[in-house]
Amino acid sequence: MAGYILRRLLQAIPVLLGTTFLIYFMVFAMPGDPIVALFGDKTPPPQVIEALRERYHLDQPFIVQYFIFLGNIFKGDLGVSFSGQPVSEILMATFPVTLRLAAMAVFFEMVAGISIGLISGLRKGGIFDASALVVSLILISLPIFVLAFVMQWFFGIYLGWFRTTVGPGAPTQDLILPAIVLATISFAQIVRLTRASVIDTDGQDFVRTAASKGLTRGRIVPVHILRNSLIPVVTYLAVDFGTLMVGATVTEGIFNVPGVGRTLYQAIIRGEGPTVVSFVTIMVLIYLVVNLLVDLLYAVLDPRIRYAK
Amino acid sequence: MSQSSNATNQASNGSNVQSERADGAERPLLEIKDLQVGFNTQDGLVKAVDGVNITLYRGQSLAIVGESGSGKSTTAHAIINLLPGTGHISGGQILLDGQDLTKASAREMQTVRGRKIGFVPQDPMSNLNPVWSIGFQVEEAIKANGIATGRKEVKKRAIEVLKQAGLGDADRRMRQFPHQFSGGMRQRVLIGMGLAANPQLLIADEPTSALDVTVQRVILDHLESLTRELGTTLLFITHDLGLAAERAEQLVVMYKGRVVESGPSVDILQNPQHPYTQRLVAAAPSLASRRIQATGSISAAESSMTEGAAAVAGDSIDLIATAEARAEALAAAPAAPPAIVVEDLTKVFKIRGSGDFTAVDKVSFQIPKGSTMALVGESGSGKSTVAKMLLKLEDATSGKIVVGGKDLASVTGKELFNLRSRMQPVFQDPYGSLNPLRNIGNTISEPLFTHKVGTSASRRERVYELLDQVSLPRTLISRYPNELSGGQRQRIAIARALALKPEIVVLDEAVSALDVLVQAQILRLLADLQAELGLTYLFITHDLAVVRVIADHVCVMQKGRIVEAATTDEVFDNPQEQYTKDLLAAIPGAGIELGA
Repeated sequence: MAGYILRRLLQAIPVLLGTTFLIYFMVFAMPGDPIVALFGDKTPPPQVIEALRERYHLDQPFIVQYFIFLGNIFKGDLGVSFSGQPVSEILMATFPVTLRLAAMAVFFEMVAGISIGLISGLRKGGIFDASALVVSLILISLPIFVLAFVMQWFFGIYLGWFRTTVGPGAPTQDLILPAIVLATISFAQIVRLTRASVIDTDGQDFVRTAASKGLTRGRIVPVHILRNSLIPVVTYLAVDFGTLMVGATVTEGIFNVPGVGRTLYQAIIRGEGPTVVSFVTIMVLIYLVVNLLVDLLYAVLDPRIRYAK
Repeated sequence: MSQSSNATNQASNGSNVQSERADGAERPLLEIKDLQVGFNTQDGLVKAVDGVNITLYRGQSLAIVGESGSGKSTTAHAIINLLPGTGHISGGQILLDGQDLTKASAREMQTVRGRKIGFVPQDPMSNLNPVWSIGFQVEEAIKANGIATGRKEVKKRAIEVLKQAGLGDADRRMRQFPHQFSGGMRQRVLIGMGLAANPQLLIADEPTSALDVTVQRVILDHLESLTRELGTTLLFITHDLGLAAERAEQLVVMYKGRVVESGPSVDILQNPQHPYTQRLVAAAPSLASRRIQATGSISAAESSMTEGAAAVAGDSIDLIATAEARAEALAAAPAAPPAIVVEDLTKVFKIRGSGDFTAVDKVSFQIPKGSTMALVGESGSGKSTVAKMLLKLEDATSGKIVVGGKDLASVTGKELFNLRSRMQPVFQDPYGSLNPLRNIGNTISEPLFTHKVGTSASRRERVYELLDQVSLPRTLISRYPNELSGGQRQRIAIARALALKPEIVVLDEAVSALDVLVQAQILRLLADLQAELGLTYLFITHDLAVVRVIADHVCVMQKGRIVEAATTDEVFDNPQEQYTKDLLAAIPGAGIELGA
């Protein structure tokens, strides 16, 4: 098991190098001069431009810039944003907010998705099943920003339950609405997946055997049907995490959440190489760790899976 | 009992026999009256069980026998009200100790299941939940039936139950998961679970048909002594008449959802009344091989029962006559040159982490032209690997295979392609070996097409000819595999194998998945085709009973080695190795007096 984890972590190294290189290259290749853009309408004196270029190594060739950046990362220095703030500081401020948002979204989509999927699967072909199917189809077809605006208007303005944008410090209560919006992206998939999985498990021989032992339906459903049905759903979670991060960028923009997504979006617009690359590196790292955790969880759920040393 | 169905006369005969035994005073433990079970399908209600009557007294054992689709498992599932899908009881009564189970509520049924009726399912591989430990699943059954309370007590009882079912090191193995158990071990767990709450009635639905013969025998012996010891009444469901007769006092023969005959096992076996039962008795390979054994050689003085059975069955399934003709032909024929020579054939598989595994270990044999050699062994003995190497679907690690004078190892490319046309396989699963998207005509003519034989018109002619040879109507040419029965599909697979007029046919468990009557027909067909076309067969099977009626020579394989090789008669009459003796003893029906 320890060997397996170590191997997975070692595999992460080339993945990280590859992604940082790609991102760095793309930021470098973006049109426009970031220093000029920084000053907006004003034209700064050439000496200032030169000084700034030198400070951010923008006068060096691309590959040199990349290695300087990599070297700094190993020293724990993620660089400085154009506003003069260290990138690590920005990360510390924004990540906790986004993690809370993502955790809430995962919670909503799992609880709602799995319960609705379970009931649909157990009552296949019934009214509940049919309505769940229609609702999930509607949610799949709606672009996330349309859904976000509708929710903002309905819950925020019409009912007045939530604030339409997130206040300073991002209180959890303000994050509920963006989290629900974020959760709907994968909600429909989880409902479908759980439903199909439950139907499949319900028809298995061991479920009939469980009943023949004299177990009640109330015990068979959670112990013998749900537990087995969760295995594919958990696998899906790992893939889903990427979707969640993409969704966070849009959702945080709309709800003005001071999180990673919004900061990253602004950094991309401004062409801030170090900020973009550092943020993406951290995201890739988290993505890899989440995938590893899900694979380990998979082995916990299904004892037939044991990772070779 | 005054229903007017066909089944009723026979069935009430049966219960008369039973009530005599019971002195008329005792109430039966289980009484099924005119049971009807239907399934809702797109074509309306389909009756799977139609007017079944069964009476079972305390302490008795009764077997329901029938082929697939006869409604025997459906009857069992109806008793515990666990019918699959849209199945439901549409009429009749199921009385357990006087209580009508068809009218019981869901809650009442929960107390019946496990506590009053234990159930041992068919397939040990799919009937244990793979994500829970063995201990968990046994303890669950004990807790649900209130047999013990408190963690320690429950665990103690679980270990007791497993030990009783023959799992010696139960306390250690409780924490293991189903995939860490062999099929036989899992079946013991399932038997343990079925008996966990000491039910009055145990329903065992084909409890051993997925297991090797020797394992089957051990498990059934254990089940029998255990139920006798506990005084459990046993309702046993099987497709094997020999097995049923050996293991149960009473027999109920089902056919197409009806009971066609019932009564004491020995009576039915010795004097079957219904034509269907007579055909079953004549066709069961286990019984046929026993009969040959009992009479030495078949003489004119064969028992009246067999003659009668054969007369009813027609010559198409008279296995004894087939076997007899074979033995005579073998004795009369001069020694034929070998079609296949295998020398020191070895196959080693590399397994990651645990070194090498020798699946086939220095196997040598010869098959004379025009004869049949049976390769017999249990699962994992390496017999299928030998077949794969012979067909060159798998390369040998070392050793030599010579087919028609050519060493297989040196044959490549075009030559191999040509050699393949002379050597054709038929596999076990008639459902898996035909492409569902191609019609029968395409399936049979595909080898001709691949080997560029003839024009499309002549290929069509050949397909008709082949359909005639395997006794299928020519109209099947445009049909698809899913429209055919298992037996018909296996005939198609045989026709496809014969398309290129091969000299050698490798039959890998080719009749194992078929019902007995169909099995008998296919065996007969294979014998006829061999006589007609001079084919050489390598017949791979785990079932010695079948071997007796088809093979000239037998090689018994165990753990990759051939432990015994001789003519069929020698192997059956005078087995040398203990393993062969075990296999022979495991053929069901050993203890049955056939009255010959």
